[in-house]
Amino acid sequence: MKIKGAIIAAAAVMAVSTAANADTLADVKAKGFVQCGVSTGLAGFAFTDANGVWDGFDVTFCRATAAAIFGDPNAIKFTPTTGKTRFTALASGEVDILYRNTTWTLSRDVDLGFTFLGVNYYDGQGFMVRKSLGLKSAKELDGATVCIQTGTTTELNLADFFRANGMSYEPVPIETNAEAQQKYLSNACDVYTTDASGLAATRATFEKPSEHVLLPEIISKEPLGPLVRHGDDAWGDVGRWVMNALVIAEEKGITKANVADLAKNGSSDPEVNRLLGSEGSYGDQLGLSKDWAVHAISAGGNYGEIFERNIGESTAIGLARGLNQLWSKGGILYAPPFR
Amino acid sequence: MSNRHEPFVASGDIQPSPPPSSVVGPIAWVRENLFSGVANTVMTLIGIYVIYSLLASLVPWLLLNSVWNASSLQDCRSIDNGACLAVIRERYLQFIYGFYPTEERWRPVVAFVLMLVALWPVLFAGAPRKLLYASALYPATAYWLIWGGTIWGPLAVMAGPIVGIILYRVFDKVLSGMMDEGIAGILSMAGALLLTITWWLFAVVQVDAILGSILNIGLEPVASDKIGGFLLSMIIGVSGIAGSFPLGIALALGRQSNLIFIKALCTGFIEFIRGVPLITLLFVASVLLQYFLPPGTTFDLILRVVIMVTLFAAAYMAEVIRGGLAALPKGQYEAADALGLDYWKSMRLIVLPQALKISIPGIVNTFIGLFKDTTLVIVIGMLDPVGILGPIRADQNWNGIVWELYGFIAIFFFVFCFGMSRYSLYLERKLQTGHR
Repeated sequence: MKIKGAIIAAAAVMAVSTAANADTLADVKAKGFVQCGVSTGLAGFAFTDANGVWDGFDVTFCRATAAAIFGDPNAIKFTPTTGKTRFTALASGEVDILYRNTTWTLSRDVDLGFTFLGVNYYDGQGFMVRKSLGLKSAKELDGATVCIQTGTTTELNLADFFRANGMSYEPVPIETNAEAQQKYLSNACDVYTTDASGLAATRATFEKPSEHVLLPEIISKEPLGPLVRHGDDAWGDVGRWVMNALVIAEEKGITKANVADLAKNGSSDPEVNRLLGSEGSYGDQLGLSKDWAVHAISAGGNYGEIFERNIGESTAIGLARGLNQLWSKGGILYAPPFR
Repeated sequence: MSNRHEPFVASGDIQPSPPPSSVVGPIAWVRENLFSGVANTVMTLIGIYVIYSLLASLVPWLLLNSVWNASSLQDCRSIDNGACLAVIRERYLQFIYGFYPTEERWRPVVAFVLMLVALWPVLFAGAPRKLLYASALYPATAYWLIWGGTIWGPLAVMAGPIVGIILYRVFDKVLSGMMDEGIAGILSMAGALLLTITWWLFAVVQVDAILGSILNIGLEPVASDKIGGFLLSMIIGVSGIAGSFPLGIALALGRQSNLIFIKALCTGFIEFIRGVPLITLLFVASVLLQYFLPPGTTFDLILRVVIMVTLFAAAYMAEVIRGGLAALPKGQYEAADALGLDYWKSMRLIVLPQALKISIPGIVNTFIGLFKDTTLVIVIGMLDPVGILGPIRADQNWNGIVWELYGFIAIFFFVFCFGMSRYSLYLERKLQTGHR
């Protein structure tokens, strides 16, 4: 792991030194599309539909970014990245922005030389067990066999949690979520632990989801968000404010359906008018067109709409908003003021 | 005396009675092969039980209770409890082409059919020999069909070796007047090779651009990131196989060479490549290579991977063929020398045909391994059949499906690998000369 980290860091240094004064926004505008790094497949977050078109929660944010720049959510190319290739793909300039449910940590931000643009999904590590075990709390897991993905932050969190509570466990190392499902269902482990969103998505695919429960403890903070290369703040600002615009849009009740109308006829709320470009020149400041936010919201709706359509309670994945609810409704989703 | 006993003289042949049923017929066969002893009987019964229990769960799952018409896994489960084959029905085109644009999908199909035509004279002696020239043109044709763009680029690439061969002939003629024939041959070959590579590296792109601006004949370009699924496996597998075979022969011969420089170069290359895992090479291809190339060069990822896979397989191929060369009695080499053949002729006419025949099982083994190794490209985020499973299974409609999709991929790989293995058996039988 050390060596891999060093290689990525070296790669990042080289990339930064060659692209010290890089103007990614200008490059992107010149080539006519955004190159977005996404997952090679994560339920609800990045997947392909029946026509082979990328869709999902992270993917829609990518499309909104492309729409903000070009007015066209399809002015985008997707690079599927694995947990191992994602950082080098970004550092080497193969992708312009990485929307790949990546946890924001200090070392990734500082040591690897990336800039996180914010958090588009607040996650945390949870536990899933069979209901028949009759467990009520993760504190009762002493001596359990645990299916755990190797080489992830969840592995370290698990060790921390069990040590802090003076319990022992037997790890069953697995490589992918698909493998975990099989292992867990065939009773190779008592507990499956990963991000709570992943657990919920996994449970939804079981034949009898009601026979499995998620324990109440969330043992880690996993703020997942987009990132770009260090040293190109103008490009980072674009990505950051596209995300903020989608959150503000939800706050102000701007939806995919009414955004065009509001942009044309204006609103009594000056912040809506500023966001949609009928007041002020905020698009210019970002190096975008006046109505960039209109395009971004038209791509997939506001934050709430994107959430509901891809991973919300009406979908098979069925995640509750939880922490990802607006700050005014009990969550911690909070965008800086648009002025 | 009239009552003298007449000796019996048979008026005709006695019809042979059929052999007893204990020696021929199905019953005898069963007795002989399945129940010839206690141990064998027990084994047979266990075998029958295993096959029965496999079929008893597989047949209802795959055939009787499978669901072909459904829009999601939940849908499938509500209809029947068998295999949810609806996912394959909905997504099989993605498995075949990846994200290849729908209206252009005839192009890979044409490329595939042409590949069969191009392989025919290579694999079967009965085919018209003239077709071999068409086979030589196939790589550029296939590249043009699959990636599109102007026709000039592939033409310029093809022009390389043709001009190279002409140059070699010219150099050889000029130089052989001045020095020893063997040295002249090597020098002119090296010169022609160098010029061809220079042409490929530095001139092809410009020529393509210039000719393309004058007369733009071509197909809609398709970017590499659109290519996936079986198409990607075939591209990497077929070009890897086609490239590693000649390269492997060259390396094997180089390793046996008396010229110390060539020998060291080939040995070093083989040992280095064999000492490194393929995944490492793929990572180098996908990630590190970009730092070594001049800024702004875009070197296609699939091309990078094909090169790495080819080099990797070539190193193994070289050792397999070296085994064949070593197995050949020394008398064969000496006989070739005694006939007065030069090095290339003795190799081409005497040594290699025999050595390659000996190596067939090993060569095909390497080919099959290479073809299956193409699935490793998943680690660098390329969506080969196994990779394309990820985004399909992440679709909330199909999340949770495992066996159906992996089984589908397994069948694909089995068909190709089994085909290769059968061909190698055919070839061995055909080339059987009774040494064994």
